[in-house]
Amino acid sequence: MLRYILKRLLFLIPVLVIMSFLIFGMIDLIPGDPAQMILGTHVTEETLAKAREEMGLNDPFFVRYGRFLADIFRLDLGESLMSRRSVWEMLGTKLPATLELSFFAMIFAVVVGLLAGVIAAWKQNTIMDYFSSLIALIGISMPIYWLGFMLILFFGVKLNILPTSGRMPAEINPDVLKTNFYLFESLFTGKWKIFWACVKHMVLPAVALGTIPMAIIARMTRSSLLEVLKQDYMRTARAKGLKFFDIFIHAIKNAAIPIVTVFGMQFGRFMGGAVLTESVFAWPGMGKWLLDGINTRDFPVVTGGALTVAFLFVFVNLLTDLTYTLLDPRIKY
Amino acid sequence: MRKNVLFVVVMVMALMVSLFGVVSAAEYGGTLVFGRGSDAVRLDPADVTDGESVKVLTNVFEGLVAFKEGSTEVEPALATAWRVSNGGKTWEFKLREGVKFHDGTDFTADDVVFTFERQMYEDHPYHKGDFAYWGYMYSIVESVEKVNDYQVKINLSSPYAPFMYNLACFPAFIVSEDAMKEKGVDGFRTSPVGTGPFAFVNWEHGSQITLKANENYWGGRPYLDKVVFQVVPENTTRVMGLKGGDLDLIDNFGPQNVSSIQQDANLKLLSQPGMNVSYLAMNQLHKPFDNKLVRQAINWAIDKEALIESIYGDTAVPAKNPLPPTLWGYNNWINDYGYDPAKAKELLAKAGYPDGFTAELWYPNNPRPYMPDGKRVAQAMQSNLRDVGINVELVTYDWGTYLDKTENGEHDMALLGWIGDNGDPDNFIYVLLDSDNATIGSAGNIAFYNNYILHQILIQAQQTTEGKQVREGLYKAAQYIIHDDAPWVPVSHMNKFMGADTDVMGYTIHPTGQVFLKNTWIKK
Repeated sequence: MLRYILKRLLFLIPVLVIMSFLIFGMIDLIPGDPAQMILGTHVTEETLAKAREEMGLNDPFFVRYGRFLADIFRLDLGESLMSRRSVWEMLGTKLPATLELSFFAMIFAVVVGLLAGVIAAWKQNTIMDYFSSLIALIGISMPIYWLGFMLILFFGVKLNILPTSGRMPAEINPDVLKTNFYLFESLFTGKWKIFWACVKHMVLPAVALGTIPMAIIARMTRSSLLEVLKQDYMRTARAKGLKFFDIFIHAIKNAAIPIVTVFGMQFGRFMGGAVLTESVFAWPGMGKWLLDGINTRDFPVVTGGALTVAFLFVFVNLLTDLTYTLLDPRIKY
Repeated sequence: MRKNVLFVVVMVMALMVSLFGVVSAAEYGGTLVFGRGSDAVRLDPADVTDGESVKVLTNVFEGLVAFKEGSTEVEPALATAWRVSNGGKTWEFKLREGVKFHDGTDFTADDVVFTFERQMYEDHPYHKGDFAYWGYMYSIVESVEKVNDYQVKINLSSPYAPFMYNLACFPAFIVSEDAMKEKGVDGFRTSPVGTGPFAFVNWEHGSQITLKANENYWGGRPYLDKVVFQVVPENTTRVMGLKGGDLDLIDNFGPQNVSSIQQDANLKLLSQPGMNVSYLAMNQLHKPFDNKLVRQAINWAIDKEALIESIYGDTAVPAKNPLPPTLWGYNNWINDYGYDPAKAKELLAKAGYPDGFTAELWYPNNPRPYMPDGKRVAQAMQSNLRDVGINVELVTYDWGTYLDKTENGEHDMALLGWIGDNGDPDNFIYVLLDSDNATIGSAGNIAFYNNYILHQILIQAQQTTEGKQVREGLYKAAQYIIHDDAPWVPVSHMNKFMGADTDVMGYTIHPTGQVFLKNTWIKK
């Protein structure tokens, strides 16, 4: 087991090196001059040339890539060309925002998705089944963009009971918290007022982001539960006269592996992929940060950020694989 | 008896006036949340180029002089008086005494010298950054000397009257020497220290910047307790944030949201022609555009009012001068060419083209801030010109190529525009229409318009030391010449829009697009 984990972690190194080459190469291929992006159009040629030299943009591709790789191995992600902040420091503010949002989106997806899936499977071919399948279908085909705006319009403007965007009300000074895990920190340090304000800000984005995984989980739960319920041992269990709840626990454990797989994949995707939700709800996380980085050709931000996302993705996958052994003792590594 | 009635009426009116006066008196307190599309990049005034950083900086810092509220004229700020001598090359400033930076240190001549020298000298220990605007706007500064603690002397390499306006711009905002030495450049650009009406409190990168009232501001404490610049990237979310009460003031929300703000009884729409111009330049290197009659004919042929009405609606106003109407020196006595196809044909015949001619008309194919839809403008012009016998072929290139090719003078007619930097007419007329800027390959004057008298006037206006009135006169004269020579068809000035909660009072849009919040207050 331990050997397996070590092997998987070691395997990360070539994955990240290849990733870094792809990311670095791709950014290099996009036309656009970061120096011009920073300095704007009203600037003299000399100033521009000096800035290019200073940023090392004049060196050949492999020199720049080599320098970048050497820095990475020293765990130095460099500093943003635009804001001149350290990429590590920026990651420290963006990643918590994304992690919190992903966490709550996943809670929403799992609770609602499981419930809908279980009901649908248990009451197969009844009105309940059709209803929850319909919800899943709508959820999976709903454009997040549109859903996000509708949620804001209804809850933020018409009913005016939830905030329209952001992580925290402007009145609260974020300095009162030490980390960027606003929700978790305020919860664990008992700052209830801040906690409640953050919860209110979390509801809409978490629902918007969690809708698609919710639908996928619902469908996956339904089909994999139906599969399990058809098994002989299930019939035996029922014949033995086991209670509903015991049969259910039995069944869900065996049906869980595909559900956990979906969970892992979706959560991994969230790490860098919540661009739309983050834009719509002005959520200052990884997705928006990376997108801005790409638009302004901010190489250190894009490479540093994308590598972190790749690392987390692989890491979450590893955790998913390890979870399998807990669910099914027959799986051994 | 009649006298008594009159007395009562007067009393009632006086009471109403006083009541109204009480209601409208500015109130102190409250937090204003300003919603905008993206975050500031850096908060070092000498080292930024993006408008979002500048919106914050104009409230934290001040220059020796400052723009007046709602206009591009300048007034004293950290300098109380000045004198220009030595043929316009020496500028002496008397500094305001008793001003303190937000960290409590005194503002003196040393800070002024430091502010300029760190941008000027590459070997200066605090010359860390790109300083994009220095070469462009301040390279005529030869040296900055401290005369005594409250007097400085700026020496220029040549007389340059628009320099006064450059001094009101953000790169010349005075930074605290002590604070920068203490924090270093990296620390300073994330937590700046100035003398402005608001002091920096905190910056959550990508999310919000918080400022608080400067209790010791020399011009009196501002009304607001706190200002929060909040990043809300999506225009639609920003508008909904304003409607939902989370935001108090928003900008850049796009023309599609204008009417929805206008119709909301709880909101108000602020608008003003911005410091920009869009125009159709007729290249005088190409025949028949070297002929003034042809250029005038084209001006008569285009139905500008209808074009603006149908394409822009309320979001732009027609242009008749190269200067926007919000800029001083704008010549409002000029009568624009109207829409008169008959007159256009007559002029074409007089010029020797009774049957018209064929030409290319270029347009930018990506939305520009001064021209969101170049193609439709070009199409409208094409149809107008066809009516007078000029057959126009529409041509476009991707943006970079478009600029290169127009600077090379490869076009017959081309649509383009300009956004002003420093609020000086020189920044429009000299840059866009002087013969100095008609060099093939790097032309700002893409009409390749060359008028010796105009050139003399513009140089005179740059170098005169006789003050603004004289310069204003010169620019007004320049606009008569330009109107008659017709190197362009001036097209439009885009309006600048902002949306505000009805409780937000005392805010006016500044023509430069900068945001000044010192006189803004919130009605409770």
